[in-house]
Amino acid sequence: MSTYKTFLAIMERDLKVMSRNLGDFFLRIGVQPLLFAFIFGYVLPTIGSIPRSFSTLVLPGILAVSTMAAGVQGTAMPLAWDFGATKEIQDRLMAPISIRLVMIEKIIMGMFEAWLAAAFVFPVAYLIMWENLNLHLESLPLLILLLVLGGLVSATLGMVLGTIVEPMRFSMMFATVIVPMIFLGATYYPWAGLSKIPWLQYLVLLNPLVYLSEGYRGQLTPQIPHMAPEYAILGIVVSIVILMAVATREFEKRAIS
Amino acid sequence: MAEPIIQVHDLKKTYYARGGHYIEAVAGISFDVGRREIFGLLGPNGAGKSTTIGMLTTTVRITDGRASIAGIDLGLDPISVKKKIAVVPQGINLDRSLTARENLIYHAKYFGMPKEEREARAQELLELMALSKRASDYPSDFSGGMARRLQIARALMHNPEVLFLDEATTGLDPQSRLMIWHKIRDLNDSGQTIFLTTHHMEEADQLCDRVAIMDKGKILTMDTPARLKKATPGGNVVDLKTLDHSEDLPNWLKAEVPGLDRVESENNTHRLFLDRPEEALANIVEVTRKHNVKLQSVQLHPVTLEDVFVHMTGRALRE
Ligand SMILES: Nc1ncnc2c1ncn2[C@@H]1O[C@H](COP(=O)(O)OP(=O)(O)O)[C@@H](O)[C@H]1O
Ligand SMILES: [Mg+2]
Repeated sequence: MSTYKTFLAIMERDLKVMSRNLGDFFLRIGVQPLLFAFIFGYVLPTIGSIPRSFSTLVLPGILAVSTMAAGVQGTAMPLAWDFGATKEIQDRLMAPISIRLVMIEKIIMGMFEAWLAAAFVFPVAYLIMWENLNLHLESLPLLILLLVLGGLVSATLGMVLGTIVEPMRFSMMFATVIVPMIFLGATYYPWAGLSKIPWLQYLVLLNPLVYLSEGYRGQLTPQIPHMAPEYAILGIVVSIVILMAVATREFEKRAIS
Repeated sequence: MAEPIIQVHDLKKTYYARGGHYIEAVAGISFDVGRREIFGLLGPNGAGKSTTIGMLTTTVRITDGRASIAGIDLGLDPISVKKKIAVVPQGINLDRSLTARENLIYHAKYFGMPKEEREARAQELLELMALSKRASDYPSDFSGGMARRLQIARALMHNPEVLFLDEATTGLDPQSRLMIWHKIRDLNDSGQTIFLTTHHMEEADQLCDRVAIMDKGKILTMDTPARLKKATPGGNVVDLKTLDHSEDLPNWLKAEVPGLDRVESENNTHRLFLDRPEEALANIVEVTRKHNVKLQSVQLHPVTLEDVFVHMTGRALRE
């Protein structure tokens, strides 16, 4: 009972801080989908650099990247303050609650952020590139499951990165981890298309974003080649399990010396 | 000692450092702290004070040995221990995203304190720590002394049985330091058990009921400040300066001042080592008057905890 109260209080604190920076928050989750949709769904097809059908191809990718970017940032960025020079999280670590739950709370916050970012993609996509889109919803429950799991895997990855990488080197992390992940995440091309480069096709299976993009593709644009949904879900779940184990270990290392 | 609230037995911490070697930060220490006591760890930087506080407050994993707070074993039930304690760590770790008041309120929420109680307690503690006027400011705008006071207020929000203070006044100006000393004493007067660390010997002397002197991970000695000083030989010093040079003065003093251990002389300055310097002062002046040696100054240096430390280690407390 008291654990539950403590947990909620810690979450309330994070929501309060977030509500103070609501502008920042919406910029963080909004600009990226907007830009993606604008460039890939409007600019490039309009000037003729890519065929109009490309919008349909990249929409699941945009959704996956937006989820992933928001989840990773939403979890990893606050850790820069929490575990930075001033160790602000200490007060919460001293709360009468297991420090694992303190970690879980941070993951949940990142997950909310990822979901919001994902939810934001739909209206944006509709407004900017609806005339180029050719969507066929395969299964709403599966899509929702994928969105839920997608938020969780993104936030958990954010926790791993946020605890492994020193806060001072976060910007480097984005350049060396996040950007390659996005380009090698089956975002702008279906994973099946990589069959011409077999070594790469198997290598990118290490990237959780691949399962996210492919999973969304299977539910939104089933006419395009995509990974079977059960494999996509399996890939995400396995990623969550592995990332969660690493996150727990690394978070405890940071919290207890 | 009153009923012990902190019990520490052969506590050890070995860090595995990045270079691949081990650092024995705390090398087996044992002590008890009684309820309502102010207990201090006095030692130089790197002695292992913060590590000890860390182990007693669940943020440093215990390598070996046992510790309990209010009868609860730290290794077995850290969450229950967290309910009984509060800690003000060495660095300022206030929540910069919250105002001063919110820092207190949220802290109390983490401890499940009901709304009315936490509002009242926050008000009371802000007043106690002289921060009421700055309650809605963010702590990043606070001076070092104010931030410290806010940290102490926050720690007290959930009525901890033991308050841990790690170097509470380090880096503060003398005025802020005195203010914190004052607050610590007031808290203790109203029954708060306090465990503090310091490398400031006067702080230990002024505040603590008992002091453990720590160096290189070990406790060298532990007692009331008065008894520690009393047990330290040769530290009671009187410095004597004369106007003219007198070859014979050391011999006259040795013959005629009772309780004088020895005299170190250099030209016109003489350092006298005495058992009870306060009582010998009149005697010393009398000897100089009798032999017609004109005095320039007499200075009494009572034993300090610094002397105790020097006596135990052969080194100064502050390098
Ligand atoms: N996290 C850590 N990893 C490795 N060594 C540490 C760590 N924390 C402290 N130490 C080492 O342990 C010793 C005691 O440090 P500390 O407890 O901070 O001393 P004090 O608080 O008395 O200055 C020092 O040699 C310090 O370098
Ligand atoms: Mg220290």
